[in-house]
Amino acid sequence: MTADTGSAGYALDVRCLTAHQCRELLTSGDVSASELTRAYLDRIAAVDGSVQSYLLVDEAGAMAAAEAVDAKPRSERLPWEGVPIGLKDIFCVKGMETTCASRILKGYVPPYDATIIAKLRAAGLVFLGKLNMDEFAMGSSTENSAFKITRNPWDLERVPGGSSGGSAACVAAGEAPWALGTDTGGSIRQPASLCGVVGLKPTYGVVSRYGLVAFASSLDQIGPVTRNVGDAAALLDIIAGRDPRDSTSIGLPEPVGQPDRGDLEGLRFGVIKEFVGDACEPGVRDVFDSSVDAIGALGGVCEEVSLPSVERGIAAYYLIAPSEASSNLARFDGVRYGHRTSHSEDLYEMYTRTRSEGFGPEVKRRIMIGTYALSAGYYDAYYAQAQRTRTLIIQDFERAFGRFDFLISPTSPTVAFKIGERTADPLAMYLSDLCTIPVNLAALPGISIPAGFSAGLPVGLQIIGPHFSERGLLGAAHAVERKLEVDLVPPLAEAAR
Amino acid sequence: MISRQEVEHVARLARLHFDEEELAQLQPELDQIIDYVHQLAELDLSGLEATSHAVALKNVLRPDEPVAGLTQAEATGNGPDVERGQFVVPRIG
Repeated sequence: MTADTGSAGYALDVRCLTAHQCRELLTSGDVSASELTRAYLDRIAAVDGSVQSYLLVDEAGAMAAAEAVDAKPRSERLPWEGVPIGLKDIFCVKGMETTCASRILKGYVPPYDATIIAKLRAAGLVFLGKLNMDEFAMGSSTENSAFKITRNPWDLERVPGGSSGGSAACVAAGEAPWALGTDTGGSIRQPASLCGVVGLKPTYGVVSRYGLVAFASSLDQIGPVTRNVGDAAALLDIIAGRDPRDSTSIGLPEPVGQPDRGDLEGLRFGVIKEFVGDACEPGVRDVFDSSVDAIGALGGVCEEVSLPSVERGIAAYYLIAPSEASSNLARFDGVRYGHRTSHSEDLYEMYTRTRSEGFGPEVKRRIMIGTYALSAGYYDAYYAQAQRTRTLIIQDFERAFGRFDFLISPTSPTVAFKIGERTADPLAMYLSDLCTIPVNLAALPGISIPAGFSAGLPVGLQIIGPHFSERGLLGAAHAVERKLEVDLVPPLAEAAR
Repeated sequence: MISRQEVEHVARLARLHFDEEELAQLQPELDQIIDYVHQLAELDLSGLEATSHAVALKNVLRPDEPVAGLTQAEATGNGPDVERGQFVVPRIG
């Protein structure tokens, strides 16, 4: 099926377009910015009824932005001007409703742009709309959204992963050439893996968090979800940079540029022992083994390495992240923005009713765990001990990077699971992020690239690098991607129009 | 084991309210999660510093220059109850 571009007089198929290909079409003049944006809006209209990745499609805003690009002579345009993008609904976009997929923020219209949004605007990108996610980015399946269930384009009965499930599903379904997500414990990489797209979590501090609705401030990082590694590199270069409004931001030592590495000669890859073997289902292990072979065929050396402390990662994460969240989410009190309960006798009751009505079950669970872990008498046993475990995990990674250039593992221990399969057991859901969480705790960059399929469902390969090694990491990922040549177009029926 | 009383106490601290049915579901869920994370309490990590922030940064400063901020109307524009540029709340206590 194809999308009709109208005035161009021929059909433009956006299902498998990369952002680079969009840019080429615009630069050559083969397609206008408004034709390109219209083609994506048509694609959204055709498939989002089944995929459900968008919470908000800003048709009027996107078309107006695209027409403004068309009004400029091509010679005066910036490189990415007119290329559309989808945005996780966790970034503040001035004038565009931002809900974090929570009832408590329903109707919130930010009066300012997040720093990354300002950067995208300055680069001339066209915002298609806001993408579904687990409420406040808490979850691994996007089932915790207060508004809708997003479906995996490869199998509509399965989850897209989470929390950036809308971002991954939308890119996989060709409803945007690329998208932005956030990753606190795997929320970019795990859905990228489950949907068969590329997801990059940069080193903590590479991208400003100003205007990102906070979940766990010491772990949250914004990153690209794309159809290939080259697009991820380009989007990273657009959004990276130190920002005076985020004192934890550092930026990149140099732009990553376009990865062009063809082989892996001279590079050493450590296979994280704790994340392979029995930790993974057999189909995932088979795909991972063939990725190891591909790295070997490219001249890279793979050897097993043990990082014993990473097995404590989930326990440390489920103390640190909820503790930070319980503090960050104290701001949602019904006073300054968002939902307020309709009846209350006094301020305490207003706070309590507002929060109890506004937050969903998983967010409440995490606020409860965090409040408990930080409360008098438990702080040392839980929060402080989790922070010491974090030190242990950092030390294990440092030791491993003394021997290896990069570390590899499957991104997710399983392929996409069935909708509803893990919702009854919160702890089982938490274990979905076994291989990704330690990377956030150590603030490292990690990328998931499509590595193959198990029973028709995508499997991702995770590559982890030392702090600020994005340039080398993307280079290595690019070489592996070229060798593996994984098909990226899910068989998705379009609705009749 | 987290007791029913503890769950209710923590809920009060967090400004959350749970009805009977929710409490009956929440208590065992929290118990299971806390039991899982309790594995850390048993580790001997006495020689290790606690990491609050994994990328070392100290005293990040910037020039103290005035810049245009939000107007009062913009800053209060999302308030559920606003009067003469101020947020209205129910009586306290």
